[in-house]
Amino acid sequence: MSTKDFVTGMDSNARKSPRRVAFITRRTSAQVKVADEETLQTFPEVLFRAAVAIEVMAIGLVTMALLFNAPLEGIADPSHTPNPAKAPWYFLGLQEMLHYFPPVVAGVLVPGLVVMALIVIPYFNINIEAEGIFLKDRQRRLQIFYIATGALILFLLLFHVFVALVPTLIVAAFMILAAQSSPQSSSALRRYLASKPLSYWIMSWFLFELAVLTAIGTFFRGPGWSWVWPWRS
Amino acid sequence: MAKTVDQYFDNLRDTRVWRSIFRSGTGSSTLKRSLAIQQNVFLHLFSTKVRRRMVSFSATWYLGTLTLGTFLILVVTGILLMLYYHPSVPQAYADTKDLQFVVSSGLFLRNLHRWSAHAMVFLVFAHMFKVFYRGAYRPPREFNWVIGVVLLLVTLLLSYTGYLLPWDQLAYWAITVGSNIASAVPVFGDKIHFMLLGGNLVNANALLRFYVLHCMILPLAAIFFIAIHFWRIRKDGGLYALSSEPSTLQKAALAKEAR
Ligand code: HEM
Repeated sequence: MSTKDFVTGMDSNARKSPRRVAFITRRTSAQVKVADEETLQTFPEVLFRAAVAIEVMAIGLVTMALLFNAPLEGIADPSHTPNPAKAPWYFLGLQEMLHYFPPVVAGVLVPGLVVMALIVIPYFNINIEAEGIFLKDRQRRLQIFYIATGALILFLLLFHVFVALVPTLIVAAFMILAAQSSPQSSSALRRYLASKPLSYWIMSWFLFELAVLTAIGTFFRGPGWSWVWPWRS
Repeated sequence: MAKTVDQYFDNLRDTRVWRSIFRSGTGSSTLKRSLAIQQNVFLHLFSTKVRRRMVSFSATWYLGTLTLGTFLILVVTGILLMLYYHPSVPQAYADTKDLQFVVSSGLFLRNLHRWSAHAMVFLVFAHMFKVFYRGAYRPPREFNWVIGVVLLLVTLLLSYTGYLLPWDQLAYWAITVGSNIASAVPVFGDKIHFMLLGGNLVNANALLRFYVLHCMILPLAAIFFIAIHFWRIRKDGGLYALSSEPSTLQKAALAKEAR
């Protein structure tokens, strides 16, 4: 081994961090991506902060528990169906979808696909590189975007899911704005939008739909799952 | 000479009994503080040091930490509630009523358990989206993201199974609506529905099954996966510190290097 085959390095501040010796052999590239940065000791600094955060939240929850009572209705009665019978709030997005689609689609296919989609996110290079969606190959991608969005809107119209159109159209409008923007755009919002990858757009659309459908299921649905205005009850 | 509180603590930590329990000993040197983490069976899931900028509120909004906090509150209040609850029909409803009106602090316990459960579901979603938007699912953290998805499902199931236990109208019909979805699964739907409820309808068998799931199986699963989740954060090199666009940051770093 010649002297150039390896480099050794030592951190001179032994009190602060353990000594590190790095051997870099000939054929590996030694790319330093992250330099040493300032750290805190987990004990006690970080644990202390975590404890404070949890305690603040606990105070909030205890206050809530003192002020508001958990609901308790009459004893379960299989012969008397309340109208509407609602699932817990975090499933009301699903229940709202059951209103439009057959149970296999709304109850099995869609949630199954959502879980699958969540699991595979980190396994696609396109999500790792996270390039702005319209920065490369703009014309073709814009075409695919128009076709996909058009198909989705048609699908929603076909099943009369008008409420889900609102988030779809808003996100689509932002995507079109993103396509008209570039990292050189003068406005900060446009530069921000231009840098956003496909996964960002899909996730934001999903979050938006989830919030809207859950809110509608919670506040805007009455007897027979008919539309009601929460302030007119 | 008067001793300070710190010195009393140091003396305490130097006693033979204390040292037989906690091996790291007195002193506040970096080494001792590292040992306090490394030599504790629970704390050694965490790394001994954390990047300062990942501790700031804006980095994580402490959402994962708060999710853990709600879980801890739920375990404590849940165990106390179990002391007053029989998973049988119609006793379950009577017990819930007693908690409401007879047991001292029963109402408070039940309220705290209920609101914390809602908070946990909300926080686990918020944590997931925060992790996503700061790009922290990227390799080598991809498997911890998957563990996270499992935790999301476990959390939802925990909340859902708990919903039936008061055995009131709200509980009964929410579970009826929810479990009917299982019947929509092609081919095996009705079998899954039957297995979940221990019958064709929500009845005493379903209550017992949901009780076992809610008080035993799912909490154990949650603890198991949370432990892996925390241990993986250490193994994956601590919290993800780049912003949500590493490509641009890395390019900037490379450009700086090239200069
Ligand atoms: C019971 C549920 C959960 C608990 C108690 C929990 C707890 C935590 C904690 C305390 C952290 C440290 C940093 C932070 O607060 O963000 C963390 C990080 C993380 N969590 Fe969770 N989590 C849960 C569910 C989830 C879910 C549903 C996902 C995603 C699907 C997820 C994915 C991650 C990832 C990828 C990290 C690493 C982030 C990084 O390296 O910067 N976790 N979790």
